[in-house]
Amino acid sequence: MSQSEFEKNLNSADSAVAVFERDDRTFLSNVRNAVRNYPTLVPALVLIVSILIFGIIAPRFLSPGVLSLVLQQVTVIGIVAIAQTLIILTAGIDLSVGAILVLSTFVMGRLSVSYGVPLPIAIAAGMAIGTLMGAFNGFLVAKIKLPPFIVTLGTLSVFTALKLWYSGSESIRNSDIEANAPSLLWFGEAAARPFGATITYGGIALILLAAVFWFILQHTAWGRHVYAIGDDPEAAALSGIKTDNTLISVYAVAGLICGFGAWVAIGRVGSISPISFEEINLATITAVVIGGTSLFGGRGSIPGSVLGALIVGVFTTGLSLAGVDDYWQMFAVGNLVLIAVALDQWLRRATQ
Amino acid sequence: MKNIIHNVEPILQAKGLMKRYGTVVAMNGADFDLYPNEVLGVIGDNGAGKTTLIRAISGANAPDHGVIELDGKVVNFHTPDDARNAGIETVYQNLALSPALSIADNMFLGREIREKGIMGKLFRKLDHKKMETFARDKLSELGLLTIQNINQAVETLSGGQRQGVAVARAVAFGSKVVIMDEPTAALGVKESRRVLDLIQDVKSKGIPIVLISHNMPHIFEVCDRIHIHRLGRRLCTVDPKIISMSDAVAMMTGAMEPPPEALDAR
Repeated sequence: MSQSEFEKNLNSADSAVAVFERDDRTFLSNVRNAVRNYPTLVPALVLIVSILIFGIIAPRFLSPGVLSLVLQQVTVIGIVAIAQTLIILTAGIDLSVGAILVLSTFVMGRLSVSYGVPLPIAIAAGMAIGTLMGAFNGFLVAKIKLPPFIVTLGTLSVFTALKLWYSGSESIRNSDIEANAPSLLWFGEAAARPFGATITYGGIALILLAAVFWFILQHTAWGRHVYAIGDDPEAAALSGIKTDNTLISVYAVAGLICGFGAWVAIGRVGSISPISFEEINLATITAVVIGGTSLFGGRGSIPGSVLGALIVGVFTTGLSLAGVDDYWQMFAVGNLVLIAVALDQWLRRATQ
Repeated sequence: MKNIIHNVEPILQAKGLMKRYGTVVAMNGADFDLYPNEVLGVIGDNGAGKTTLIRAISGANAPDHGVIELDGKVVNFHTPDDARNAGIETVYQNLALSPALSIADNMFLGREIREKGIMGKLFRKLDHKKMETFARDKLSELGLLTIQNINQAVETLSGGQRQGVAVARAVAFGSKVVIMDEPTAALGVKESRRVLDLIQDVKSKGIPIVLISHNMPHIFEVCDRIHIHRLGRRLCTVDPKIISMSDAVAMMTGAMEPPPEALDAR
């Protein structure tokens, strides 16, 4: 091999590769590394610590009944937060998930209760409508190249208007659902009552759905592509990923999850109302952020978001059991969000 | 098109490529030939359209007009995936790595291996072990960098190590052509030497290489032919054994007309 003049001494060059100083292994940097390698660690610890603290403040909190109530309260938020996580991982955001959810509940309810359509078809139609609305968001983001925030801000209004029109601004009452399509309420029923706790089918569905999407994100090519697109879309495209199609599929899958969440929500609430779940958009973003998923995309996890939803549930339930007013509960959750985002920034700095 | 040096058909050929970005003409009838078993250098001033040419033949941006032929057959690359499936691998200037993903994930991005049996077929589960072993083997085989942990995120690597991963990825999968856009730009003297040796290794395996670089000593050392790009088109191709570095630079910048005897294909 020909070598240039200045390269002559390369043969006798030191072949050792960079040795890293170990004296920066302070407690803080160890913590930082552990958190970066296992991002779900923080929400898991926060959840355990907050359960213990609320257990001390309000001893009633540690009863199986109250703890299972927290799980019931976050079931719908948790499921929609899984959808929101997928979208935020691609560096997007979805403000229309609540409208998709409620519109899907009305498709299921109207078809089965008012028109007597067989339940499986009504549920499939509701989930299909949810998927379609999600895919529409995805099309605008991927093909028309509009920012996700603006797209879903627009479709939030569009879907909300459709929801009000389709529902005729009227609720579908619990008694009507029970009389015509009782299985729509199945997810609200108790699957087991161990030690005074009430575990609903909806709670089990949340855990199973989270496990399924954890597997998909970690162990399938599609899941790795979701992370790659959020990380660096240009690099993902050059690596041979069809970024447009993947993005559309992410939004469509998020819509499908909202459609499934609609079924669970009917069981949880017991009736179908056009003004329910109006706060769920921000609640899911809160859960996702507290769960350690970065709003800049590419980092985060499904279990984190479910833990994030549980943390919010523990805080609101715990504080109200401790006799704290509503507005201080909001105050506490708001601070949790700020701390979570600050932590994300600190972790990012460590990598640059 | 045949020439004196290579009495064979080109493996990769482009004719009359045009590309406009708004009012900017990035390629104005650019031609390109790559012959089997050669290292082709591509040089040109900044803004001459080298990168646009490379993005056209690697599928990143389709040209507006013109024909690209691989092995004598017309190909239409609309995405980098099309070019990769045809056996053309590219090391881009920006490396095209996903920082938060691991080294193994990055090497297999877009061509993941699934597990055998029901887990892979039905549940589409990836074979992480197989991919990690392959990635580690390739990286240590190339000797570009020592990796403690193949599951380390790419963002924890230094600039040179990242370049090593990108080069290793292209070399490991390129079956017909390997294109390298400034592969030594971020590398130290020792690592640059490894990449230049690597280029010779790849060539000895029978895979032709396109090397884009501003580093004239590197170009003149490893290339069999040099394609000089100027004002959106090929000015000429020259033989580095005949022409001097300063003449090549003079032609590339427009200070000198290409001498007829230096032209080996036009």
